[in-house]
Amino acid sequence: MIYLTRKCEFSASHFYHNPQWSEEENLRAFGKCANLNGHGHNYTLEVTVKGEIEPVTGFVVDLKELKDILNREVVDAMDHRHLNKEVPEFATRIPTSENIAIAIWQRLEQKLKVAKLHRVRLYELPDLFVDYYGEA
Amino acid sequence: MKAYLTRRYMISASHRLQTGALSVEQNRATYGKCNNPHGHGHNYAVEVTVSGQVSSDTGMVCNLVDLDNAVRRSVIERFDHQNLNTLSEFSDRVPTTENLAAVIYDILKRSFTAAHLEKVRIEETLMNSFEYAGGAEVFR
Repeated sequence: MIYLTRKCEFSASHFYHNPQWSEEENLRAFGKCANLNGHGHNYTLEVTVKGEIEPVTGFVVDLKELKDILNREVVDAMDHRHLNKEVPEFATRIPTSENIAIAIWQRLEQKLKVAKLHRVRLYELPDLFVDYYGEA
Repeated sequence: MKAYLTRRYMISASHRLQTGALSVEQNRATYGKCNNPHGHGHNYAVEVTVSGQVSSDTGMVCNLVDLDNAVRRSVIERFDHQNLNTLSEFSDRVPTTENLAAVIYDILKRSFTAAHLEKVRIEETLMNSFEYAGGAEVFR
């Protein structure tokens, strides 16, 4: 088994708000992130896939294919967008780093044919990141 | 769904690697420059990884403010700008970064209970790092 990690970046805005809660409850749980005007981050995404090395090409995955999938499913969908308003997953889920990592996993898992998705690591800040391994 | 959240903190501290179990020469041979009697310092980067189910109410594994407060109170205020050799945690063990990682893990295991503590990873310099998961194997 060999693991390959590809990195990409996107910049997006979001806010945290649970519509079932009062404004006070939202403010208490989410602090500054509850500001409904939103704020933004430069996200760094690291996607790790795993598989066996294909003997002819020496690849675990065609990097160009992986890059195209990342561009289409993540960068085109999320870069320079408002996550709450423009990305369908976040119409009903709060776009925390945890939920963004899970949404990215779900998007990529459907598209990856050869290698298996191992880990989605999403940096919201250089000192804060979330890992998702597809666990229930 | 289960996710893992990692937060990175900085601690600056001094230490000297020296054990009473070895002779002066043996200490010098074992620890080299780190045995310098006056000690030396590092900017330690401490990465704390916690895990848990992502709450459907908050979208979070745990509230980051709670984690930051626990780490600040029980780790940063305890170790930042200290000489590690003078602290009770290291009265009977050498303040290597291996031992520092284990000490910080044990402190956080007690002081932060809002999510499961997975591991503590410490970068002593850009060239070396240490991970401790309570004795369990680190595989992620």
